[in-house]
Amino acid sequence: MMIVIVPVFIMAALFTWRYRGTNRNARYAPNLAYYWPVEILIWGVPAGIIFWLGLHLWSATHRLDPYKPIDPEVPPLRVEAVAQDWKWLFIYPEQDIAVVNELVFPAGRPLALRITSDTVMNSFMIPGLGGQIYAMAGMQTRLHLLADEPGEFWGRNVQYSGRGFADQQFRAIATTTEGEFGAWVEKVKASTQMLDATTYEQLAKPSVKVPVTYYSGVQPGLFDSIIAKWHGDGNHLHAQVTGTEQAR
Amino acid sequence: MLGRLTIDALPFYSAIAAGGAAVTVLGALSVVGLITYFRAWRIVLFDWVSSLDHKKIGIMYVMLALVMLMRGFIDAAMMRSQQAIAFRSDGYLPAEHFDQIFSSHGTIMIFFMAMPFLSGLINHIMPQQIGARDVAFPFMNAVSLWLTAAGAGLVLISLVIGKFSTAGWTGYPPYSGIEYNPGVGVDYWLWAVLIAGVGSTMSGINFLVTILKCRAPGMHLFRMPLFSWTVLVTSVLMIFAFPALTVACGLLAVDRIFGTHFFTNAMGGNMMHYINLFWLWGHPEVYILILPAFGVFSEVVATFSQKRLFGYTSLVLATMAIGLLSFTVWLHHFFTMGPSADVNSFFGIMTTIIAVPTGVKVFDWLLTMYRGRIIFKPPMLFTIGFLVTFVIGGLSGVLLALPPVDYAMHNTTFLVAHFHNTIIPGVLFGYLAGYMFWFPKAFGFKLNETWGARSFWCWIIGFYLAFMPLYVLGLMGMPRRMEHYDIAAWQPHLIVAAVGAFIIFLGIVCLAIQLVVSIRDRANARDLTGDPWNGRTLEWATSSPPALYNFAILPNVQSVDAFWDMKHRGVAYQRPERYVDIALPKNTFIPATVGGAAFVFGFAVVWYIWWLAAVAFAVILVAIIIRSSDDETEVILPAIEVKAIEEARFREMEAASKNEMASDPGFAGESVLEATS
Amino acid sequence: MTADTLGTVEMAALPTSDTQKYEDRAFGFWIYLMSDAIIFALLFATYLVMLGNTARGPTGQQLFSLEHAAAETAVLLLSSATFGFASVAFAQASRPGVIQWLSVTAVLGLGFLLLEYQEFSGMIAKGAGPDRSGFLSAFFALVGTHGLHVSAGIIWILVMIGQVLTKGLTRPVASRVMRLGLFWHFLDIIWIGIFSVVYLPGLV
Repeated sequence: MMIVIVPVFIMAALFTWRYRGTNRNARYAPNLAYYWPVEILIWGVPAGIIFWLGLHLWSATHRLDPYKPIDPEVPPLRVEAVAQDWKWLFIYPEQDIAVVNELVFPAGRPLALRITSDTVMNSFMIPGLGGQIYAMAGMQTRLHLLADEPGEFWGRNVQYSGRGFADQQFRAIATTTEGEFGAWVEKVKASTQMLDATTYEQLAKPSVKVPVTYYSGVQPGLFDSIIAKWHGDGNHLHAQVTGTEQAR
Repeated sequence: MLGRLTIDALPFYSAIAAGGAAVTVLGALSVVGLITYFRAWRIVLFDWVSSLDHKKIGIMYVMLALVMLMRGFIDAAMMRSQQAIAFRSDGYLPAEHFDQIFSSHGTIMIFFMAMPFLSGLINHIMPQQIGARDVAFPFMNAVSLWLTAAGAGLVLISLVIGKFSTAGWTGYPPYSGIEYNPGVGVDYWLWAVLIAGVGSTMSGINFLVTILKCRAPGMHLFRMPLFSWTVLVTSVLMIFAFPALTVACGLLAVDRIFGTHFFTNAMGGNMMHYINLFWLWGHPEVYILILPAFGVFSEVVATFSQKRLFGYTSLVLATMAIGLLSFTVWLHHFFTMGPSADVNSFFGIMTTIIAVPTGVKVFDWLLTMYRGRIIFKPPMLFTIGFLVTFVIGGLSGVLLALPPVDYAMHNTTFLVAHFHNTIIPGVLFGYLAGYMFWFPKAFGFKLNETWGARSFWCWIIGFYLAFMPLYVLGLMGMPRRMEHYDIAAWQPHLIVAAVGAFIIFLGIVCLAIQLVVSIRDRANARDLTGDPWNGRTLEWATSSPPALYNFAILPNVQSVDAFWDMKHRGVAYQRPERYVDIALPKNTFIPATVGGAAFVFGFAVVWYIWWLAAVAFAVILVAIIIRSSDDETEVILPAIEVKAIEEARFREMEAASKNEMASDPGFAGESVLEATS
Repeated sequence: MTADTLGTVEMAALPTSDTQKYEDRAFGFWIYLMSDAIIFALLFATYLVMLGNTARGPTGQQLFSLEHAAAETAVLLLSSATFGFASVAFAQASRPGVIQWLSVTAVLGLGFLLLEYQEFSGMIAKGAGPDRSGFLSAFFALVGTHGLHVSAGIIWILVMIGQVLTKGLTRPVASRVMRLGLFWHFLDIIWIGIFSVVYLPGLV
């Protein structure tokens, strides 16, 4: 890129100075309007750069596709993320727990996210870990992340979604060991709250600055039924979260 | 009777909202007051509002654009100051208000600042550049103007009655749908955009037919000045892209009013379809805005380098290539919506390809300066500032075109910095350069150069201070549209950005002072020749301001840079042997009536006052039927009067020096002849 | 004085050409039709995108009647033919002929709208209105937009009948009728698209 940008700066500075009208020593060629080697150069060089860039773009886009598992050898930690007004719900189907506004996972192990929205369009992102992907009601998107090092990150919705948008964020913690992650799971398991259809309906109502909340159990298939309810034929936004209906 | 309009719509719920309303109302009242004070109602109504003259329509467009620039800038300043102080605090703007402001800022700057500015410059200059007496359809031209004004009026009145949209300038559903946004805000946005969009489509048709059908004898397409070429491509884009906006916004409006399910979450709606439709218009729109600015830069750089434009054919081909490619890249606005890597790669590559013709243009402009004699008038300053700054925006654009980068940078302030980095130097600097370049043509006197230069320096310094920090913040992960935040590291950058916005404000103040000072001192800055810059293209052959008919005798064009060529062959300014009668469009109030009715229609639909909407619609229909039944739409200016006007001009020219550039120390004058001979 | 300036004077000495003016208008109208065609193209695209989004509501197969659509098609195509007769009558400078055939065209246009109204109201009565599903929204938008165009065309036909009555077969009237003809035939082409994309596949 710099092959194009730097000459522009140099030419702009040089020509502006050298060919200022008051400088009568500079050559003046009022009819100089075409010179074919220059034409070839100014079309050819940018085209060459873009061709080279295009090749890399193709391979990088495929290599870094957020839908692609990071390491097929290592079983990832599966988490289902639901965007709500204005908070994030994380369901850990294998651990059978759910958490609001906190995402904990072991460092070094890939994280496989299924993402949806139970409200307007959101975009899920943890800037310290990688890219974003939209979350849309009635649909599922995927994102694969990996924390190389343990640490604490912040994540949030980055697609404007209304009044509580600025506060729609969560802590993302990559634990040092699997054991530490297991201990956190146990802590969540100790919670007295369960996430069933009724609790979910309460939670899904618009709210701002919701504190971290733990649920020691989740109604089976909740994530899929959150998606499926938008495919129904009723106008009731939350009526169908009964858990009996599975995603089609 | 009044739909959902009640007394609660007045903004007494918040001091800031009431303040905004007061400024709007006082602004309108002071305009009315000034016109009354100067007893100018007759002139305003009969010479301007009812005029079908492309030059007056052009001037009115630019006036609208400058007013909306102020309004849009106030929004920007409020956002910047809010973000500068809103670290772990709510600042002074509640979320609801902040969200309206970023929505109206984008809407105004794109639809009601840039679009009218562009239509204004095109209207005034393009017919003169191709040697025409008016646009092909003067009546439709005026209708376009008044529809644009009606849309702008809807945005302005939303500040006084009700609220504006909070859904951003792109209005993504389902957030902009009726379930999540039941108020009038989104409706104001929709109808302002829809009404103005119809006007823009008609403008596109008008400009295209004008260029293809009304060129002077000898003006082959490949002899057209670059500005007219860019207008040709822009009009094609307008004609083919604006229907997508009409469909996207039309269907969203139907969703909101009739409860259909195009873009809703439930019942088979598909929000992704809106996003596709919107950007199918939205991406070409960027080029609709920027291509004519590229045209301005081309004219300015050749004129003030006192040299032929380098690579004319390349520039034309690059313009066409950009126009064509602009329809193939829309998906890059939503790489993050989950398309496959194949799809993302394809659109990413198409996007980067646009950098090639754009790069070619930049080099052609630079090479035009090479071996020139550059005179640093304000339009040239804006052009050089553009060249240097725009390539940075181009670079960040190519980065964003790489899907892996976009996954990280989309929706952050990096994106905000990128598109401001292309639109401010690329579009706005171009329009301001055009404004200062062609002002003497429109009004017969030049704008003050000192204040013009001051404005330029404020704009460019302010720009770097305001937007370079946003690049950094984007890399730090700061999302756009944050009303408050709790990350301390962001605040210093936001404070710098606010300072930048303040310096841009000084740039706008300089523009205002420049206008006032120039009007005051106009006697000393008269342009008697019609050719203040030693111009190259046909618009400089007319008087300043041009006669109603532009050209008493249509010029005969023999080369690119037609007027330059005529001057050098010694055939410019020749008295014709005889004059002819000229047909001119009659003034009419029908376009303004249509615009007024469209405004009422939009307002009525926003507030669900259906009977009023029906009345307004009927008025539009009847007005159009009346016009379409009128066969006497032209008035003949007899040859004898044309002769009188032209003779007066020749006398004035004899009194004037050959052209005012001759007094500039950088003027090439005789050396042009030396170099040519 | 050089040769080329002399040439200029001669060119300009020609009276402002009316022919040119009407040609420009026809050309501009073609461009408008292209722009309008894009609107329809996008509505067709919307329909195809939404085709499966029935939200467990009725599908095209359950709703559309080929006989009804065929009747609509027949009436509209016939109206195009009668418009053609009006154009022929114009060319033969037969004022009564123009009025007669334009009136027949308007009546056929109204007949088409009536058939469409029957279809729409029947669907709404069955609970298959535009608010039932994304699919039906798209159907009503596409077919309804065409219907609105036909309504506008009928108003235009009536205005032209009025102009022929009051002004006669003058040059400006001829130019307007010619453009109205373009518009009317354009609506035919769009309808054929609707018939093939909406009604035929839904029934095969």
